[in-house]
Amino acid sequence: MAYALQQLVNGITLGMIYGLIAVGYTMVYGIIGMINFAHGDVFMVGAFVGIIVLTALTGVTSVPMGILAALLLSAGVCALYGFSIERVAYRPLRGSFRLAPLISAIGMSILLENYVQTSQGALERAIPVAVPGGFVLMNENGFVVQLSWMQIAIVVVTLVTLGIFTYIVTKTPLGRSMRAVEQDAKMAALLGIDTNRTISYTFIIGSALAAVAGVMFLLYYGVIDFYIGFNAGIKAFTAAVLGGIGSLPGAVLGGLLIGLIEAFWSGYATVAYKDVAVYSILAIVLMFMPTGLLGRNDIEKV
Amino acid sequence: MGDTLLTVTELTMRFGGLTAVNALSFNAKRGDITAVIGPNGAGKTTVFNCITGFYKPTSGSIAIAHTPGASMLLNKLPGHAIAKKGRVARTFQNIRLFGGMTVLENLLVAQHNELQAATGFGVLAILGLGKYRAAEKAAIERAKYWLAATNLIDRADDPAASLPYGAQRRLEIARAMCTDPVLLCLDEPAAGLNPRESQALNDLLLKIRADGCSLLLIEHDMGVVMKISDHIIVLDHGKKIADGTPLEIRNDIAVISAYLGEGDDDDPDAPIAETLAAAE
Repeated sequence: MAYALQQLVNGITLGMIYGLIAVGYTMVYGIIGMINFAHGDVFMVGAFVGIIVLTALTGVTSVPMGILAALLLSAGVCALYGFSIERVAYRPLRGSFRLAPLISAIGMSILLENYVQTSQGALERAIPVAVPGGFVLMNENGFVVQLSWMQIAIVVVTLVTLGIFTYIVTKTPLGRSMRAVEQDAKMAALLGIDTNRTISYTFIIGSALAAVAGVMFLLYYGVIDFYIGFNAGIKAFTAAVLGGIGSLPGAVLGGLLIGLIEAFWSGYATVAYKDVAVYSILAIVLMFMPTGLLGRNDIEKV
Repeated sequence: MGDTLLTVTELTMRFGGLTAVNALSFNAKRGDITAVIGPNGAGKTTVFNCITGFYKPTSGSIAIAHTPGASMLLNKLPGHAIAKKGRVARTFQNIRLFGGMTVLENLLVAQHNELQAATGFGVLAILGLGKYRAAEKAAIERAKYWLAATNLIDRADDPAASLPYGAQRRLEIARAMCTDPVLLCLDEPAAGLNPRESQALNDLLLKIRADGCSLLLIEHDMGVVMKISDHIIVLDHGKKIADGTPLEIRNDIAVISAYLGEGDDDDPDAPIAETLAAAE
């Protein structure tokens, strides 16, 4: 019981991070119908900006302020990356055949990885635990279930970020125009919406979310390298597909599910096969629900 | 009524070897309902697509005069600027609403530019402050005005896709009007409507004209065309074959032969002469 509770806590924390990244995948897919394979690497860049900011702030006593600074700076820098990536690698290919931006995205991903590897070094970088301790949820025959402050922080930051994001998408003119472009880009343009600008905003917002996830990842694990974007990216992409690509709540749900599957599988079966478990469940879900858990079953009208 | 609002000059649109519109010139007057009619495949929708920036014309020009004397070339504007700067709005033959959004949201999307300008990069919108709050209030007021005009006010919070067909057509018109156009282009607005809905549409179009917006209309329903148009342009095979008042068009030999065929044994697709007579 206690063990299961501990895995639940771990799984939710991990799932939140995946969910944040998955939102970026699903947004971009929704709006221009392509998988942005460089998104995982934006997440990685976010983690690196986080480590640079936190290292620069060594000596600052207020830990929450330090984390907040890292989050904001990282989100800002990654927003700039997202904007530039779209501008350089995807916009010129719009209207080209479908695979062109996909290949370009893979190129962008490799470029970012190598750029960080050269500029930051290929070795793992570590930071000391920013917020030690936590509180004990349960103590069962000496097995202590601990909820660390860091886990609480991750869940809170993620929920706040997703809350702001949901507000932007559902309530503001920017969000409305994003949804309009997603549903019918040409019609949106006819109503006076600058679709290129709206797509840029989508990349900016998605990348900022990935940056937040990157900083959270850094604080949670304490160790990053230039390659973390690949694995996390694939997981988050899986989360987006599992939840139903194009669906924002689906991305968060998919992220949580994948985090939980990973945590429980690692806890009860073998850690080595946790990825197998994740992808098997993805395959099974897609067999029965091809559009994912919350995906819309759109029938294309002719 | 007034001076010329829309001037189409020598408009040609080719798709590969097919010339859909061939050196077409016509004018639409300010404050008029101008109808474009013609047999299927005459190039009516292509003309609309050129006016609204969906297609870039092969040659020719399309100019709009927001005030008498002023003139702006629509075919030089990028797609989204046609609505914003050109102030031309349109609806489609097949409905293109944002089905997943509510009726009200569809109308607010159409007012995106005013709202976006007032948000101050989104910050004011998030805080719900100041100028943005006022702009949003104004946008909702305008949306309400058109919801009332199209008799959709009690469906404002329903998803657009859940409306019945006739209501979706009215919503498309309301949405186009929310962009504050000087020219509204309607592609077969009466298609699929029953006679009562068709009558309500006539009233709506006349109200739009009375509100100061000129209309350009593609329509097959001669009941609608003859009753409300001030001016009719007839196309056949991408060329203008007649241009005049409903009365002149009704008696035009070229028009009748275009619809009926010129005495060969083809069955006529649309018995226009009878339809025209019935519409009187």
